[in-house]
Amino acid sequence: MSERFDALIIGAGMSGMAASIRLAMYGQKVVVLERHLIPGGLNSYYQRGKRSFDVGLHALTNFVEKGQKGPLTKLMKQLRIPYEAFDLIPQKRSLIHFPSQKLGFTNEFEYFRSEVHQAFPNDTENFDRLIEKIRSFNETALTNEYLSAKLVVKQFIRDELLVEMIFAPLLIYGSAWENDMDFSQFVIMFKALYFEGFSRPRGGVRTIIDLLMKKMEEVGVDLRFKTGVAAIITGEGRVRGVETDKGDILECAKIYSSAGFGETLKMMTDEPSTQPRVGALSFTESLFCLDKKVRSTGFEDTIVFYNDSDKYHYQASAELYDPRSAVICVPNNYSQDDAQEEMVRVTYIANFAKWNELPRPQYKIEKEKMGQAAWNLVNQVVPNLNANILFQDLFTPTTVKKYTGHEGGAVYGSPDKTRSGQTGIEGLYIIGTDQGFLGIVGAMLSGISIANLYGLVGGDA
Amino acid sequence: MQAEQVRQVVLDIIADVSMEDDLSNIKDEVALRDQLDLDSMDFLDIVMELKKRHKVEVPQEDYPRLASLSSCVEYLTPKMMQ
Repeated sequence: MSERFDALIIGAGMSGMAASIRLAMYGQKVVVLERHLIPGGLNSYYQRGKRSFDVGLHALTNFVEKGQKGPLTKLMKQLRIPYEAFDLIPQKRSLIHFPSQKLGFTNEFEYFRSEVHQAFPNDTENFDRLIEKIRSFNETALTNEYLSAKLVVKQFIRDELLVEMIFAPLLIYGSAWENDMDFSQFVIMFKALYFEGFSRPRGGVRTIIDLLMKKMEEVGVDLRFKTGVAAIITGEGRVRGVETDKGDILECAKIYSSAGFGETLKMMTDEPSTQPRVGALSFTESLFCLDKKVRSTGFEDTIVFYNDSDKYHYQASAELYDPRSAVICVPNNYSQDDAQEEMVRVTYIANFAKWNELPRPQYKIEKEKMGQAAWNLVNQVVPNLNANILFQDLFTPTTVKKYTGHEGGAVYGSPDKTRSGQTGIEGLYIIGTDQGFLGIVGAMLSGISIANLYGLVGGDA
Repeated sequence: MQAEQVRQVVLDIIADVSMEDDLSNIKDEVALRDQLDLDSMDFLDIVMELKKRHKVEVPQEDYPRLASLSSCVEYLTPKMMQ
């Protein structure tokens, strides 16, 4: 006899955990299958010696104060997790760092607006009109058409440099398209970063993961680690169940997959009707633990979006990594910092295929070289740092592939999203990155929205 | 269940669903949406909680009848007497 569930969720990342809570909360029998040993997916954590590190999370977007409306408080309500439990520390400031201009932004939108007005006096009214457009746009409607955000923004903003600077953080924090993004995603990200801003749970991403895990246990979710899905069994156009990589058959009415759009379709026993493209954007990250706080040099920024020219190249890297731009994140440089050591993380856009084909010894050498370049960049952006590296860790696109299962190590998944979550197969839905809500907050809202829509409202459980 | 009890049932559910809202000054005749931070996701939860706690089914076409506290009571009281 095989086991039978109302809902089966593939992946214990942010979206899968959130979806499982919603469904189990209302009485459904829910199982979550996770290939790895720890939850979190793209946003996870690991330990090296006595140090613990976050993966993925530079900052939590969508910061609002307790009691304010926003995507963050919406998801807390939906999951019945109180605001205080996240223990959020707001950022001080972040910086878009181009050679000819710099724009700071804080968690008060007025700060960014005045930075733009000062730096681009010819575009002040245009910028304000763009803001009106963004404010009034319903970015989370699941029926929105796909639209080039660059085309829309260029109807408002005249100075190309301002366009490039506005887009740089939004692209690198979520776009699966090269040099552009879907307008709905642009609005999600614009509001998430510039209207609302950054914060960080005191305990890092682990705080969020632990809260979700505790909630899952409370509502009776059956969570199974080290269990991958070998095949999604379909028949007559609808879902029947899955076969795990251990050979067990689990029957279910509905599957919510966070494995990626193309990755999910490939698991089906039936021939899929479409084949989403593999994403071209992957990253390397260099992580440095330091014996000195960057703040001690007067450096106040939490995240720096660095670019070496007036044109921002958000596209597949031709080389192992693209040194022309980087994100430099100081994950403890928030309004409160109780960490003993300093940490700095540097993210470059990178080429999966090139890293993947390197023979092992060469791979290590190239990784070290990339780390050296990242360290030089840190010292360029934070002058007079004079810090010693206590510990360093580096990851590449092949690491991303290993832990997320995304083809091509594509951090933000396929450029082809399925906003409605539908796959052409009845009972099979996509949640997370390839549904298209971005960031950690977006991922959780994706799981919640799709679970609500197909599991609760249209629910037949 | 009497009207007054039904009113309390709905208030208890709203308190759990909205989490941060203050319900002490709620006006029965005014739309809940205009007094509290409730969106369509929260209304879904009110419906789901009614089903979970009291086995009351509210079909989608009847959602507008949950607009205010008094319309909730009017609509739900006969259902909860069954």
